[in-house]
Amino acid sequence: MPMIYVDGQEIVVKQGENILEACLNAGLDLPYFCWHPAMGSIGSCRQCALVQYQNEEDTRGRIVMGCMTPVSEGARFSLKAENATQFRKAVVESLMLNHPHDCPVCAEGGECHLQDMTVMVGHRDRRYTGKKNTYRNQYLGPLIEHEMNRCIACYRCERYYRDYAGGKDLGAQASHDHLYFGRHEEGVLESEFSGNLVEVCPTGVFTDKPFLKQYSRKWDLQSAPSICQGCAVGCNIAPGERYGKVKRVHNRYNDEVNGYFLCDRGRFGSGYLNSDLRLDYAGIKNPDGSFFAVHQQQALDTAVEWMAGKKVAAIGSPRASLEANYLLREVVGSKNFAPGFSDQEADLIGSIVNILQTTKSINPSIKQIETADAVLILGEDVTNTAPRVALALRQSVRNKAFELAEQMGLPPWQDAAIRNLAQDQRSPMTVVSAMDTRLDDVASTCVSLAPDDIAAFGHAVAAALAGETTDNTEADAAAQMLKAAKNPLIVSGSSMAHQGIINSAAAVADALNQATTMLSFCVPECNSLGLALMVADGSSSSLKALAKRAAKLDALIVLENDLYRRGDKELIDQLLASGTKVITLDMYENDTLDQSDLVMAAASYAESQGTLVSSEGRAQRFYPVHSPAAERLPSWQWLLRLAKITGHKKLAKLENFDQIVVACAKSSPLFAGLVDVAPLNNFRDRGSKIPRQTHRYSGRTAMNSDVSVHEPQQPKDHESPLSYSMEGLNRDQPASLIPFVWAPGWNSNQSLQKFQSEVDGPLKGGSSGVRLISSSQTGAEISPQVGKIILKPHQWHLVPMEQIHGSDELSSHTDEIAELAGRGFVAIGRKVAEKLAVTEGDGLLVKQGEIECSLEVRILSRVAKNCIGYSAGYSETQGLTAGSLVGLEVDKAWRRSGPEMIASDKAAFEQVIGGGGASNV
Amino acid sequence: MSNAKMIQSDISSVLTSQEMAEIDHELEHIPYKSGAAIDALKIVQAGRGWVSDESLQAIAKYLDMSAEELEGVATFYNLIYRRPVGEKVILFCDSVSCWISGCDGIKQTISDTLGIDYGETTEDNRYTLLPVPCLGACDRAPVMMVGDDLITHLDDNKISEIFASSKSGGQS
Repeated sequence: MPMIYVDGQEIVVKQGENILEACLNAGLDLPYFCWHPAMGSIGSCRQCALVQYQNEEDTRGRIVMGCMTPVSEGARFSLKAENATQFRKAVVESLMLNHPHDCPVCAEGGECHLQDMTVMVGHRDRRYTGKKNTYRNQYLGPLIEHEMNRCIACYRCERYYRDYAGGKDLGAQASHDHLYFGRHEEGVLESEFSGNLVEVCPTGVFTDKPFLKQYSRKWDLQSAPSICQGCAVGCNIAPGERYGKVKRVHNRYNDEVNGYFLCDRGRFGSGYLNSDLRLDYAGIKNPDGSFFAVHQQQALDTAVEWMAGKKVAAIGSPRASLEANYLLREVVGSKNFAPGFSDQEADLIGSIVNILQTTKSINPSIKQIETADAVLILGEDVTNTAPRVALALRQSVRNKAFELAEQMGLPPWQDAAIRNLAQDQRSPMTVVSAMDTRLDDVASTCVSLAPDDIAAFGHAVAAALAGETTDNTEADAAAQMLKAAKNPLIVSGSSMAHQGIINSAAAVADALNQATTMLSFCVPECNSLGLALMVADGSSSSLKALAKRAAKLDALIVLENDLYRRGDKELIDQLLASGTKVITLDMYENDTLDQSDLVMAAASYAESQGTLVSSEGRAQRFYPVHSPAAERLPSWQWLLRLAKITGHKKLAKLENFDQIVVACAKSSPLFAGLVDVAPLNNFRDRGSKIPRQTHRYSGRTAMNSDVSVHEPQQPKDHESPLSYSMEGLNRDQPASLIPFVWAPGWNSNQSLQKFQSEVDGPLKGGSSGVRLISSSQTGAEISPQVGKIILKPHQWHLVPMEQIHGSDELSSHTDEIAELAGRGFVAIGRKVAEKLAVTEGDGLLVKQGEIECSLEVRILSRVAKNCIGYSAGYSETQGLTAGSLVGLEVDKAWRRSGPEMIASDKAAFEQVIGGGGASNV
Repeated sequence: MSNAKMIQSDISSVLTSQEMAEIDHELEHIPYKSGAAIDALKIVQAGRGWVSDESLQAIAKYLDMSAEELEGVATFYNLIYRRPVGEKVILFCDSVSCWISGCDGIKQTISDTLGIDYGETTEDNRYTLLPVPCLGACDRAPVMMVGDDLITHLDDNKISEIFASSKSGGQS
């Protein structure tokens, strides 16, 4: 490890890093703009200037850029030298020539990197008296607001959007003092990761549009460490709340999971939390179908009355916490508990758990996925099913470039040089799918096959790896690609609802039989894997089995689950409408709620705490950002209270959340790690709980005085080591307890580096989460594959297409996400479109038995023979079953959508014509 | 028309077969299609005087680039015109040698004669006036180019001579 001198101070640095990184690691404040730990250096902003001296005698030195200068043994630098400080001050002054003085009305104000750096270099008085440039801003869609006047030309946005995230529709235009960052023409940004621009931009050019509509300063937001519920990846997030509204979601760094970036569903998909359609009170159904509101105790008493001494069953949920699911299962007993998956999904995810427990390969974290130098994707459109993983896969194809750089002796942070060197040389990636995927642009090979054939392809690759001869040259090539790699990665998942594909992925991984082989599966929901682990012992029931017994059941409890999304309508109607008293715990209006006899208003993820298990098998804790509004209660509290009233033998002894976690951990050896997921309730940092509020949180005693002038007591959090307060320290605590980042002099999210153990390294408090699944390494155990599909004439194989915006139940209730999701669609190839004489935007009828869906046409650039896709999870496609055989004909009654109705108008429109339902209790 | 939606037939309805042939010729020498971006823009501009949005989208599609990427190239270079220009572009040098030799006054004469300032086009659409940092003829300063002709040792008389047919305000 080399030693360098900075202002006479000896600093031990890491071989190969640059001076900027070395200074930040040493805790020194060296200002910067264009450098980013995930994107490296380009030396464009000139802000991290410092003086380098030739030797001890050299007193003048020369200015160098910290981010572009590698460390070397004995090198001498000065941050404090007069010419360095003057230089840095001059850089900020020149950036300020055109920067407007609009901080008071700018959404970045108070968490602006430019503000921080301006203060840090000591620039105060502008000498420039001329006119400032003004730019025309662009409409960039419902998520991102554009304000070009604030740009300081650091190029971070373009480098993030294009180079890192693979977006094509945002770039630098023109040059010198009329440089412009935007699209070729106005329009919705295409990238699924556009929201990170908000955090990447060091000033207020790109800001969070939904947040602007209900804006609060960063220092006025109350935040908590949380986990994204948008998909199974388990990204760490930090939602910010004020006035009872979750106003925005920011990234929360976890080096092994999401790093610095989120997808747009994760960042913008929580708007539904503030919706009027959320349930505030428990309700009991009137004979006329409407609900009347009751107090919590009444609801509990009614439930107990219906349950006591009766036959009760329950259905859990892959979008509810492990604790709530555990309590529910204990309340009714394993045999009467169905996990709430569709039966097909239960098998698929169960088999994924089996494979992960037995495979010879590694189940990688996202950080490990980024190290892959050859990738085989079987059947998943990862960008739509596990978006953050897709962003990691985009980085993995750059390993070829880093390999070339190493040969040339270029350090990995020399971003521009490495991109120049590699041009479009990438590590190989083979995508085998039924149709277009959003990773096709970086794939070296794309193969379009029907689901059955994808499985066959996988098995052919496995055979080729085992040394057998196959007559499939593409599979041979894929096998060669994996064999030649140091860190091969196979990605598959459950989105095609096809057991064979999952099996074949496991077969390929085991056939590689190499210690570094990685095998990653995408699963659908935030706790799919946790629930699958819970029912892995096979003692639980299923939806179908419960439906058969429905008539004999006295009561059925449904936990945070719209069952109509889980099975065909007939089956669910049988379950819910057979005279059984249905008790539902949920937070948002849905069809299952409407069918219930008693609803209990559940708190959202932002109002409760719990543990989720990600697709990687990582158990992570989320904490409430604010206390539950109205008479909502976290599901685990509803269920614990219920258990206590019914005098449940085991559960009645439990007093708090920690005890539930311990009980859950004891319930299965698979859950033993749960107790280590996060510190217990009694954790204190230097005697205090961790504050959810910043130390300058304003108006605490006054902000509700429009309702009452009496100063309310702050809510107390008895269940977690966090407090609803500004008192206490937010520093050096365990990583799972960091509610927001801030450090003296660093108000922006760049203060994160003060929480990291080293630049781009783990947090000082470690990497949060505990991985629950370890493999026996005995070779993957696979479930039998179902029979092959045989198509009759005029039949099409229906392939589900998960959509980042629209397929997820809860986030789709957010206006902006609904707008991006558009109408439910059927996707066909160009030739089929020509044959049917339809173009994009026309309508087609998809006929699956008696179900007929009228859907908008989308045209794909590649699609497997006899396959058509449909937007999975949309209300328009409800009832369509993945993998079924369907007919297709032109919808003569179809009306093409005119000028698009924006989501807010749509909501108003629906309110006028709609109304009613369980949320109107 | 969005770039993403533009298909092959749209390209050939915008670019002429001769333009495409010339771009193809450039492509023969380059390993990456996008490497021909500048040449393709110049080819299209040579025939049409400027590069319209429609042309830019078609070229981008032809070279497998996004419109944003090509726009970045097109707008970076001063001599790729993204707005219509007159029949001839006056590139007037305002750099140091010409400045010492009094180019400011000459520029004023041009503006008075033609009734246009930098970035503007005469009403009869004959001339567009643009500043340029150097034309590499400092020994003969002040200089300018009108179309493809380099004109040196400028003075007010020369200006009136050249623009004799174009009087102030573009009334000819």
